[in-house]
Amino acid sequence: MTAEPHKKPGLETLRAAISRLEGHTSRKRATLPFGVRDIDRKLPGGGLTLGTLHEVAGGGNDALNAAAAARFAAGIAARTKGQVLWIVTVADLFAPALQQAGLAASRVLFVEAGTDRDVLACFEEGLRHPGLGAVVAEVGRLTMTASRRLQLAAESGGGIGLALRRWRRQTDAADFGQPTASTTRWRVSLLPSAPLPVAGVGDSRWLLELIRTRSGESADFEVEARHGQSKLRLAGASDRPATDTADHVDLAASMGDRPTSPRAGRRRASA
Amino acid sequence: MLAGRNGRRRVVFAADRAARKAGLVVGMPVAKAQVLLPGLSVMDARPDEDRAALERLALWLQQRVTPVVALNGMDGLILDTTGADHLLGGEAVMLRDIVRRLEGAGISARAAVADTLGAAYAVTRTTSGTAIVVPPGEHAAALADMPVAALRLPAETVIGLADLGLTRIRDIETAPRAPLVQRFGAEITRRLDQAYGRVDEPILPIRPADPVAVSRNFAEPIAAAETIARYIGKLVPPLCASLEERGLGARRLDLLLHRVDSAVQAVRVALARPVRDPKHLLRLLSEQIETIEPGFGIERMDLVAVLAEPMERRQQVSSLIEEPEADLSGLIDMLANRLGDGALYRVAPVESDVPERSVQRVPPLAPVTDAAWPEGWPRPTRLLPRPEPIETMAMLPDHPPVFFVWRGIRRKVKCADGPERVFGEWWKGDTELTAARDYFQVEDTSGERFWIYRAGDGEHGETGSQRWFLHGLFA
Repeated sequence: MTAEPHKKPGLETLRAAISRLEGHTSRKRATLPFGVRDIDRKLPGGGLTLGTLHEVAGGGNDALNAAAAARFAAGIAARTKGQVLWIVTVADLFAPALQQAGLAASRVLFVEAGTDRDVLACFEEGLRHPGLGAVVAEVGRLTMTASRRLQLAAESGGGIGLALRRWRRQTDAADFGQPTASTTRWRVSLLPSAPLPVAGVGDSRWLLELIRTRSGESADFEVEARHGQSKLRLAGASDRPATDTADHVDLAASMGDRPTSPRAGRRRASA
Repeated sequence: MLAGRNGRRRVVFAADRAARKAGLVVGMPVAKAQVLLPGLSVMDARPDEDRAALERLALWLQQRVTPVVALNGMDGLILDTTGADHLLGGEAVMLRDIVRRLEGAGISARAAVADTLGAAYAVTRTTSGTAIVVPPGEHAAALADMPVAALRLPAETVIGLADLGLTRIRDIETAPRAPLVQRFGAEITRRLDQAYGRVDEPILPIRPADPVAVSRNFAEPIAAAETIARYIGKLVPPLCASLEERGLGARRLDLLLHRVDSAVQAVRVALARPVRDPKHLLRLLSEQIETIEPGFGIERMDLVAVLAEPMERRQQVSSLIEEPEADLSGLIDMLANRLGDGALYRVAPVESDVPERSVQRVPPLAPVTDAAWPEGWPRPTRLLPRPEPIETMAMLPDHPPVFFVWRGIRRKVKCADGPERVFGEWWKGDTELTAARDYFQVEDTSGERFWIYRAGDGEHGETGSQRWFLHGLFA
């Protein structure tokens, strides 16, 4: 692993020069950290920059349903302040699950747009509004021009833009390789959960791939999403150094730590 | 029959024809009416709504018959048809037409035309015909035989006159006036003079609220989008100024564009909250310029605030530390006008264990309730619009499947949680009386998680078909 790039003064000035050339405002953008040190360290600024566009897609079979990607986006949106605009094309998002990802229903304003064109128009309009914490849009095709527009809108609004890539056909998912103007690009794939010592289903485990980040390196993480929380934690925490415990890495992860009280009296079965 | 309160007693306010035939009269105590007519259906009178309906009816007549329409008590309307009847085919035709149209709307009405308001009133209240014309100059003859009650006198006066043997209008008309006035007050002679047309009786016609509107004519027809935009920009500020004068904000705006070929193009803008901010309105209208087809040109533009509501003043921030809540109504207007009503919504919890019933859509600016879904049970991120049947192999009664086939792919279940039993809501219908679903959260070998259920409890046939369905996808 290389040393952290933003420590080098030469690179810093070069980056500032590039940013001036790109026409960005001179002030440094605030970031939204994940609260997991390993992930935040990989991101310039120590988290997802606010006022920019980020892309999330599901991997493998989930590319069409984007269930994990939606949960991941909900977790990010939950950690922002203010209202969240969620633009969908198919109304199959289940609001109780958003609440379990930490995003209360009272914070989300849903927009059902029929076509990709409407989605992008609403997305841009939402990003330009200064009162929103996050704007999530389920987008299929996203061209460089469209993403550039969205990026500029996000810069003027200041909220975080999350393009949740969701395709209608598996073959369209190759579109995710096309370049866009987004600051980061994530892919969330489902992994088998850690086996529990008792029968039952453990916390969901994802392979979180940071495919692209502007002025940073790509990286892979194995994370677990916990029931009722917006924060992620690294999976298999026991093989990490003990110093990481401050970063919400729960050492009990591999032991199958789950909230027990609400499930009392529940029958379990396993195959 | 309609009942309402008069002081502390519940009395009859209105009764239909059948009830009146059985002896019910207005003002009778409800208990007495119920004794007279067992099985009487009693409904609460709603005078406010009655009045509002009467006002609507008056507005309709104002557009249809004559501009001078006034309300008369709770059950009558006064129309000054001078100069209006010949346009509608004469007085008799006009009356019949009004009565027939009202009948079509389910209102039984009696109408009369006479020289004076008092005479017309007396005719409608005493004769049985539905459309009566009293020819000019003959109202005195028509009035003579009518009962005194038709003169709009207080009930005590009518009873007092009956005690004196004066029951017909002719009786009091011919009787010496001074003793009558001394005994019953000046009201009696005033009403008499009004009925005979000896004194004027002014009426107070209703006036519909004028819609706030501005318009502009063009000497030269305009067609270019930029020109239209420029003139919209010139119409909006005066509209907002006149809205401000009245303390109103627009909820709905109509921009009417009259083309030279006398076709009218309309652009409608709806707003989530009353607004009179020119910039905001201008932006919403300009968004829709592309939908306008100018044809050979537009010669006149009308901008009307069709629906205007009072602007409410709200306190912005109640304490120094509290951050002001961002105002989203502007954004909501933009998106709603682009996508149509119903495309914007919030989701609110409903107290139901059946997953698809536990959510409801509410308008974006609906007040937030503190209801929430139960936290303990995991819920899938995606809920399929309708559960999809799957092929499974499972042990009965309460084991999850060993494998299942969904959309042609066979998946082996690695681990599962459940069952979570959801019972049918028996109050919704008989079919749900015994219905039950057993939900399982299952994970297949690749780590994908599904929410599947069996219709039925696995033991009793009446609880469901015992078939398996996939209902949602976890993340």
